[in-house]
Amino acid sequence: MFLNMGPSHPAMHGIIQLVLELDGERVLGCDVEIGYLHRAFEKDAEAGPYNNVMPYSDRLNYVSPLINNFGYCLAVERLLGIEATERCQYIRVIMSEISRISDHLTCVGASAMELGAFTVFLYMIKAREWLWELVEAVTGARLTISYGRVGGVKADLPDGFADRTRAVLQEVRKVLLECNTLLMRNRIFCDRMQGTGVIAKETAIGYGITGPFLRGSGVALDVRKAAPYFIYDRLQFDVPTGAHGDNYDRYLVRMEEMEQSMRMVEQALATIPEGPLNIDMAGNLLPADIMVDEAKMGRVAGFRQARVQLDPTLEGSTRGFHEAVNAREKRAVLPAKEDTYGNIEGLMHHFKLVMIGHGIRPPKGEYYSAVEGANGELGFYVISDGSDRPYRVRVRPPCFTIMSALPELLIGDLVGDIVPTFGSVNMIGGELDR
Amino acid sequence: MDTLTQLVRQRFPQQVIGAHQYRGQETVVIKREGLLEIARLLKEHPSAQCDFLMDLTAVDYKKFGTSQHSAPTLRTPSPLPYYMTAKPSTETWERLVSDEEYRFELIYHFYSTAHNHRLRLKVPLAAADPVADSLVELWPGANWFEREVWDMFGIRFTGHPNLRRLLLYEEFVGHPLRKDYPIAKRQPLIGPTN
Repeated sequence: MFLNMGPSHPAMHGIIQLVLELDGERVLGCDVEIGYLHRAFEKDAEAGPYNNVMPYSDRLNYVSPLINNFGYCLAVERLLGIEATERCQYIRVIMSEISRISDHLTCVGASAMELGAFTVFLYMIKAREWLWELVEAVTGARLTISYGRVGGVKADLPDGFADRTRAVLQEVRKVLLECNTLLMRNRIFCDRMQGTGVIAKETAIGYGITGPFLRGSGVALDVRKAAPYFIYDRLQFDVPTGAHGDNYDRYLVRMEEMEQSMRMVEQALATIPEGPLNIDMAGNLLPADIMVDEAKMGRVAGFRQARVQLDPTLEGSTRGFHEAVNAREKRAVLPAKEDTYGNIEGLMHHFKLVMIGHGIRPPKGEYYSAVEGANGELGFYVISDGSDRPYRVRVRPPCFTIMSALPELLIGDLVGDIVPTFGSVNMIGGELDR
Repeated sequence: MDTLTQLVRQRFPQQVIGAHQYRGQETVVIKREGLLEIARLLKEHPSAQCDFLMDLTAVDYKKFGTSQHSAPTLRTPSPLPYYMTAKPSTETWERLVSDEEYRFELIYHFYSTAHNHRLRLKVPLAAADPVADSLVELWPGANWFEREVWDMFGIRFTGHPNLRRLLLYEEFVGHPLRKDYPIAKRQPLIGPTN
């Protein structure tokens, strides 16, 4: 019998179609149809200058968008040969790990819900809300953040972020303890997750599977340890692995990875280098419209030291903060707004980076940057032909390879095992189909 | 660091068109006849042991360097002021084959867990005959990667069990990631007629 678990299905995360060949309840064959969320990311990326790709990259793995942003920024920065400031790298690591925790919370919560554990889902979404409030304080948005920029990030961390984050992580730990108590030795959960969706180490490597899926089968491969980028080589963390390669091991790996991510965030917050220079702002704080009008009339005396009071949505990107988190590279990074409006050099610098035809121009070349996404190795392969637009941006999606191995995982199991297996794949439609 | 390039050059010197290192990443450009054997060598040789085929993609070089969107820049560098010394020239990158002769290029990214090294393999293909060998028998993950390259670029893979479109629907006309496919092109309507 052929059964179609069609694209619109409550247990299919995102949109995917499985055409199953069944013998009673046993799955004999499986054909996976993807592409329902294909939005031509790679073609659109060729259309815009380098920073325009940022909003598109948010929407790839949309539950951990910061990791996609920073992966793309890493590729373009390596092509240009520039490096972000140390404080910026710490910020990128902190935000990536917060994104990773929220991705794992979504994955484990949704897969628990599909097995009937509705309470666990709501507890984890509650914890994810707290993390998203942190992300909103830093970037201004919860999900589609466009926070990374080539050469830096959009804005510095707000005041009090470190204490707030530590408090939130303590609460998240309590939630994880609660959920673990509900699930780990739960008879129904164990029966459905242990022994289902088993994949051997060699098969997983043959398919190119990476991330928590591969680590559940016993291979301790993590891009953050194998080829450290940003400041991961200074942080101490463990890479959890499973033994059996079944869904239960992958659940345990994800839960432990969340704890390791929290550990990394706390270490990074303890050792992050100091923020902006302590410039005396008394008497030197101008509202933005006054600064622009005075600059247009040429009355720019004192603007070199002035700080401007911008709109709250631009908080953290004024002069002192801007230098702390953006590389000092005129060919890639915009000047602070005080310089754009206050002096001619800043204006020219801004013009050369923003006007059509000018802009970031990496030399001809190519680079493949691999970052550890929530699902595995997220690769960005960027080719530049010396113009202001990328010639080719290729995303190597981590869940693409896992989904190509889905027939292997499902054949031989029962129909009821499809749900936990598919839940532990953590298929994100935006990343799979781009 | 050049061990993988040297290995490929030693075993298959006639198949290697060239190799370079750019920004710390090794690349070897080979002829398409040598693809299957070189891939097998990379997988099985003890000093290579590339058990991962991380990525398989393609590039269309038809409009390389011909962007109409770039403002002209000065080619001659301006003279430096007295207090600055010229920085040494950074590394350059060239494609190693001509864009007119070989329109497409297949890019393979290999990774070895045992040695923690990576290699990029490039196979240039001509526009008239964009066919290459499939690596499905060596890495089962190549199945979907090759289907996506067929879908997006129209490059065929001999020996692939199931070469049909992956991300787009079967009735789609054209191969979108080719440079001569305009991004706003409309497709013919499909579906049941009245």
